[in-house]
Amino acid sequence: MKTLKIALVAALGATALTSAAVAQSRDNVQIAGSSTVLPYASIVAELFGENTDFPTPVVESGGSSAGLKRFCEGVGENTIDIANASRAIREKEVTACAEAGVTDIIEVRIGYDGIVFASQKDGPAFTAFEPADIFNAIGAKVLVNGEVVDNPYNNWAEFNSDLPDVGIAMFIPGTKHGTREVFEEKVLLIGCEATGAFEAMVAAGMSEDDAEDACLDVRTDGGKSVDIDGDYTETLARIDANPNGIGVFGLAFYENNTDKLKVATMSDIQPSTETIASGEYPVSRPLFFYIKKAHIGVIPGLKEYAQFFVSDEIAGPSGPLANYGLVSDPELAKTQEMVAGEQAM
Amino acid sequence: MTDATAVTGASAEARRPFVSLLAQDDHTKRRNAAEARFKAYGLGAVIIGLFFLVVLFVSIIANGLPAFTRMVVQLDFTLTQEQFDDAESKLLKTGAYQAYFVEGFDKALSERGVEVEYDAAALDRLIGKVGSIMRDFYLANPDKLGEEVVFDLPTSSRVDGYFNGRLKREDVSDSRFLQVTDLDLADELHEAGIIKSDFNWTFITGTDSGVDNPGGAGIGASVIGSFFMMVVVLVLSLPIGVAASIYLEEFAPKNWFTDLIEVNISNLAAVPSIVFGILGLAVFIQFAGLPQSAPLVGGLVLTLMTLPTIIISTRASLKAVPPSIRDAALGVGASKMQSVFHHVLPLAMPGILTGTIIGLAQALGETAPLLLIGMVGFVARGYPDNFLTGFTEANSAMPAQIYTWAARADASFYEKAWGGIIVLLLFLMTMNIIAIILRRRFERRW
Repeated sequence: MKTLKIALVAALGATALTSAAVAQSRDNVQIAGSSTVLPYASIVAELFGENTDFPTPVVESGGSSAGLKRFCEGVGENTIDIANASRAIREKEVTACAEAGVTDIIEVRIGYDGIVFASQKDGPAFTAFEPADIFNAIGAKVLVNGEVVDNPYNNWAEFNSDLPDVGIAMFIPGTKHGTREVFEEKVLLIGCEATGAFEAMVAAGMSEDDAEDACLDVRTDGGKSVDIDGDYTETLARIDANPNGIGVFGLAFYENNTDKLKVATMSDIQPSTETIASGEYPVSRPLFFYIKKAHIGVIPGLKEYAQFFVSDEIAGPSGPLANYGLVSDPELAKTQEMVAGEQAM
Repeated sequence: MTDATAVTGASAEARRPFVSLLAQDDHTKRRNAAEARFKAYGLGAVIIGLFFLVVLFVSIIANGLPAFTRMVVQLDFTLTQEQFDDAESKLLKTGAYQAYFVEGFDKALSERGVEVEYDAAALDRLIGKVGSIMRDFYLANPDKLGEEVVFDLPTSSRVDGYFNGRLKREDVSDSRFLQVTDLDLADELHEAGIIKSDFNWTFITGTDSGVDNPGGAGIGASVIGSFFMMVVVLVLSLPIGVAASIYLEEFAPKNWFTDLIEVNISNLAAVPSIVFGILGLAVFIQFAGLPQSAPLVGGLVLTLMTLPTIIISTRASLKAVPPSIRDAALGVGASKMQSVFHHVLPLAMPGILTGTIIGLAQALGETAPLLLIGMVGFVARGYPDNFLTGFTEANSAMPAQIYTWAARADASFYEKAWGGIIVLLLFLMTMNIIAIILRRRFERRW
């Protein structure tokens, strides 16, 4: 019994001690945000820890919106220093930030990310797409014989005889992903306009905004278009189980899984870091991170991390990020200057 | 009771003629058959359970074992003082070391005379990220500069996969990271004994690594993170939980207020764990100002989650102590507190320990509450400097690490996630064994 009592007292004592030790300040950079930027940020964070005397930064994921929300919670050690985002910060978020006292934000564009369409390696030959094909396959309302109707197609070959005669099954990123926005803008909307559905909708009396929204609606019948709320590994698992499935992936993810996936061209352009950099491959988007200027000089290593990230050795065309699949930014020098000068938005 | 049987017995006798006790009548046969059926169902259920357990273990072990071995390039290498100074002057120092190694590798191979044609880029594809290992070595042993050193450096994840069977030759046909011709070179180097298999200590002792460096990833740091979280959970939830249950069970008056508490404890046990994560972020990090990504906060959140489990199981085991023990203690003049602490609690100890271990095991495997307090993602801070900073320095936890690995693009990380599950299960088993030993020691019969 006595030992139990001693253990109890010791335990409570230890707790009190640790609580006292907590009062020390944070010495590592704290980052959160987009799961698309996370792989790149993890590469840089590891190298930063190895090549400098600063501790390795902590990078959390959770999505661009969630990251920016936490970023905008305020200034201070118990808030994050950097938010990763796979889209630019929105006006609304800048206002929310300002209300919480986060006024000076430095925007850093790290490069471009390609979005590719891929199917099972041993499946039917999905090797060439036009945005119109994707729209016809999964749009909620499409144009058939000059009329806008609920999507009647079950098979790819029904609207494009070049495509295999198999059932439609597309796995697209869920609405909480930044990738969805790019997919809607650069594939669905373009496809909607290319098929003439957009014009037909406007002609039928819809306002342009309404027609645009209608273009972005995806069908909900019979699992032909499935929202994936998890990450690319989940999409890969669905493709693995369905030889006719088409998934939406990041270029880097596809390049790491060429043994399981084959990629489709978009408007006859093969996705690669070169075609994305030149702008030929249409479906790509810039990646960003945002720095809280008020934390520079308070959190050790924050500015150094940002400068390290955008240096030629890291984010340049022959650096480890490009090697992993990031399309490096041709205007990197400008970004470097901006980070060095702590130039806020 | 006796009346009832007598009545039914009598009525049965009235209905049925005399039957021999040795021959079974229809009714008895039916009852026996029902019993046999029930036994078969039960056995079936056990067999199904065992089957799933075996499937689970086989798949975990089959998928996870490759994580414990790795292929290494074994090569003697010399780094000159100038090369060292040059590398240290660069921004990306580890990259410079890597380039020197590829250069040295190339030279060693041409001296040896390999039959397959290759270029330096192929060597770069064959080896993993070795720069930081070399830099750490030369920083720690500057006297080895200019001397010949034999390095065991990890190969790239795809070469690793090729030798352990994860990757076939035809799989790399479209890959940018490895070409089929590289595999010819890898095969020849393997035969020559330059590439060979090795136990992957990095996986046991290392920290998380960047997504392009699966060879450098290890679970060690997150085991430490989990350990510190479990210390916090144990130190807080056991005394609080046991004190609360003793009070509620032995001292508290029976009224509507204690009933309310009781109901709410049961409710709390059923709250989804993610809710505790949100609470942890709001209360411990934003309000109390505790550090983010720290095992201390993780432990506090998991304590909230574990407390109801411990309270419920402790109360159950206190209830199971026969009242005669308490009465006897009180009867020989012990105070209420003496009766509880000298007699009831020691007898309830095995049950309390079981409940605690179940609660801890549950907490150990929990990822959801950690998502919001910053322990899921890329946390590669490394080992804490001392016992106290272990609580406050950013760290990950085993389930969080497994979750992160499973989501990465390189299939090699998926293998590591399975390997991590094996380590997690071993940790869990150790905890259970400790619990069993403690239970044996505390066990008393009455």
